Amino acid sequence: MNRIDRTFKELGRSGKKALIPYIMAGDPDLDATKTYINDLESSGADIIELGVPFSDPLADGPTIQRAAERSLKKGTTLKKVLGLVKDIRKTSEIPLILMTYYNPVFKMGIESFITKAVKSGVDGVIIPDLIPDEADEFIKLSKQHKLDTIFLLAPTSTNDRIRKVTKASTGFIYYVSITGITGAKLSMGNLMKNTLDTINRTTRKPVAVGFGVSNAKEAAAVAILADGVIIGSAIVKLIAKGKSIRSFVKNIRKAI
Amino acid sequence: MKKRPDKIPDRKGHFGVYGGRFVPETLMPALIELEDAYRKLRKNKSFIKELKSLHNNYIGRPTALYFAENLTKHLGGAKIYLKREDLCHTGAHKINNAIAQSLLAKKMGKTRVIAETGAGQHGVATATGAALAGLDCDIYMGSEDIRRQSLNVFRMKLLGAKVIEVSIGSKTLKDAINEALRDWTTNVQNTHYVMGTAFGPHPYPVMVRDFQSVIGNEARRQILKAEKKLPDLLIACVGGGSNSIGLFHAFLKDNIKMTGVEAGGLGIRSGKHAARFAGGSLGVFQGCKSYLLQDRDGNVLGTHSVSAGLDYASIGPEHCYLRDTDKINYTYATDKEALSAFELLSKIEGIIPALESAHAIAEVVKAAPSMSKNSIIIVNLSGRGDKDVQEVARIKGIEL
Repeated sequence: MNRIDRTFKELGRSGKKALIPYIMAGDPDLDATKTYINDLESSGADIIELGVPFSDPLADGPTIQRAAERSLKKGTTLKKVLGLVKDIRKTSEIPLILMTYYNPVFKMGIESFITKAVKSGVDGVIIPDLIPDEADEFIKLSKQHKLDTIFLLAPTSTNDRIRKVTKASTGFIYYVSITGITGAKLSMGNLMKNTLDTINRTTRKPVAVGFGVSNAKEAAAVAILADGVIIGSAIVKLIAKGKSIRSFVKNIRKAI
Repeated sequence: MKKRPDKIPDRKGHFGVYGGRFVPETLMPALIELEDAYRKLRKNKSFIKELKSLHNNYIGRPTALYFAENLTKHLGGAKIYLKREDLCHTGAHKINNAIAQSLLAKKMGKTRVIAETGAGQHGVATATGAALAGLDCDIYMGSEDIRRQSLNVFRMKLLGAKVIEVSIGSKTLKDAINEALRDWTTNVQNTHYVMGTAFGPHPYPVMVRDFQSVIGNEARRQILKAEKKLPDLLIACVGGGSNSIGLFHAFLKDNIKMTGVEAGGLGIRSGKHAARFAGGSLGVFQGCKSYLLQDRDGNVLGTHSVSAGLDYASIGPEHCYLRDTDKINYTYATDKEALSAFELLSKIEGIIPALESAHAIAEVVKAAPSMSKNSIIIVNLSGRGDKDVQEVARIKGIEL
């Protein structure tokens, strides 16, 4: 069993929900990212989502866009992020997921990326601009090399899309809580509950909710409905200000 | 049984290996909805009639196919015809697509349209379509382009649109598209995104091509009437590629030579250009797979062209396919060549071309002299140059 499956299984047994923080690799630099990953793990994170900077992050709000800009200016590349993961694996077994746009992966070569990612110790990949319809080869090769492919669903998703995405996803399903970009304001309406109900009726795979979750109160509300909570922009904001992220993450941990 | 050739594009919008849909999942239902609506409306008699009436009475179609006798004599070779898209309402071919999409948005029950703009032509065209259709309209424009095209910014505001400044990234067209896509992802329920070129996720490349193919359909009829034969060469500039595919598409079965002209900027070796075929490689960007100017890590490179409308890092996927199948040749013209064509056409024909179209004229200058006197070139004069006068004066160091 891989690290992600094992994590959800253990959490399920103890009745807890997965805390999945996101940080941008290389913001402010790769050494700092390593320290932040340690901080996240010791503060109660279950899975860590590591952003790969891209010049045109069209699914991200201003907070993560700026983080990507800062990271790119420092010379961070997909290759270097894989190197960082390899480094982290010397000391930690926490599940690591890369969140990257498709073009850096495509440029590296799909198979080359997948084998390098697995070899470095990456457990899963989220690619916000790759939908299952365009991912036949990516899914096939990921399955072969045992890399989880985490696809996204949204409040706009029809039953048809839900079937397609849940089938293609391994590890967990990423439910985007809002129609919008990362860091936007969360809305806890019936729509989210209804869509999550439909997703849970369609699949037994875990579902984590992200985009728009920014504090412990929201995390607690989301945790009632889902198997995991993803928090990105709120943490990236703290990092941008040079502040510690430990107490923030610990608070969320307590809430879910 | 004879095997039928693969349909181009296929059901998912692939032109061979190019095209497709590379967007956040949130947008997928909207793209499917748009595809369905477009598929129904394109065959709907009342929609076709309404669009035709707007072509004739609002845009001013058919636009003239003008025999440029002075330019022909000056170059001493092929007969040169200009397809006068510069005479369209709002001054460029962009209106053909913007009006049609605004109408489509209204039929789909959307109350708001958004668009990106570089030079401002598509922004003005969309603001015009929105005003006509009674839709709210927000236009995304990079702060660098807002500075370069202040006249068009004011025009959009007069037309009732809001111009939203994009000051992140390179502050130009590609960043405006990112922001427009982010807006669409957020407001997808009531908003239609009027993409300005034959690019992006399916069905945009097909839909925009279809809405622009009126250019070639007219030109084909007009040249057959004027010359009793088809042309020998078609030339058009290629940014995203909508004016060129609009002209070329009607002639694809005719086996005619066609040349698309990219922006060569300061030259390919300088790295400051927007010639995707000459300097790019296969990539995935803003919704589709196509040629892309990118670094070796897959980040999108900055581009340069004297013409804001050609200043873009990628190119419509159908162009890549037509290049692979040898239907269309692609070349480039540098800033310098375009500027000198800009002045030449102004002086010799009394027509000030858009700097985008001046790239096509620059290719005419290169190609026509070596062609025989009874051969024919049709060049798409995609827009008029009023918007560029200030910028050209600045480049020439003239204070207005």
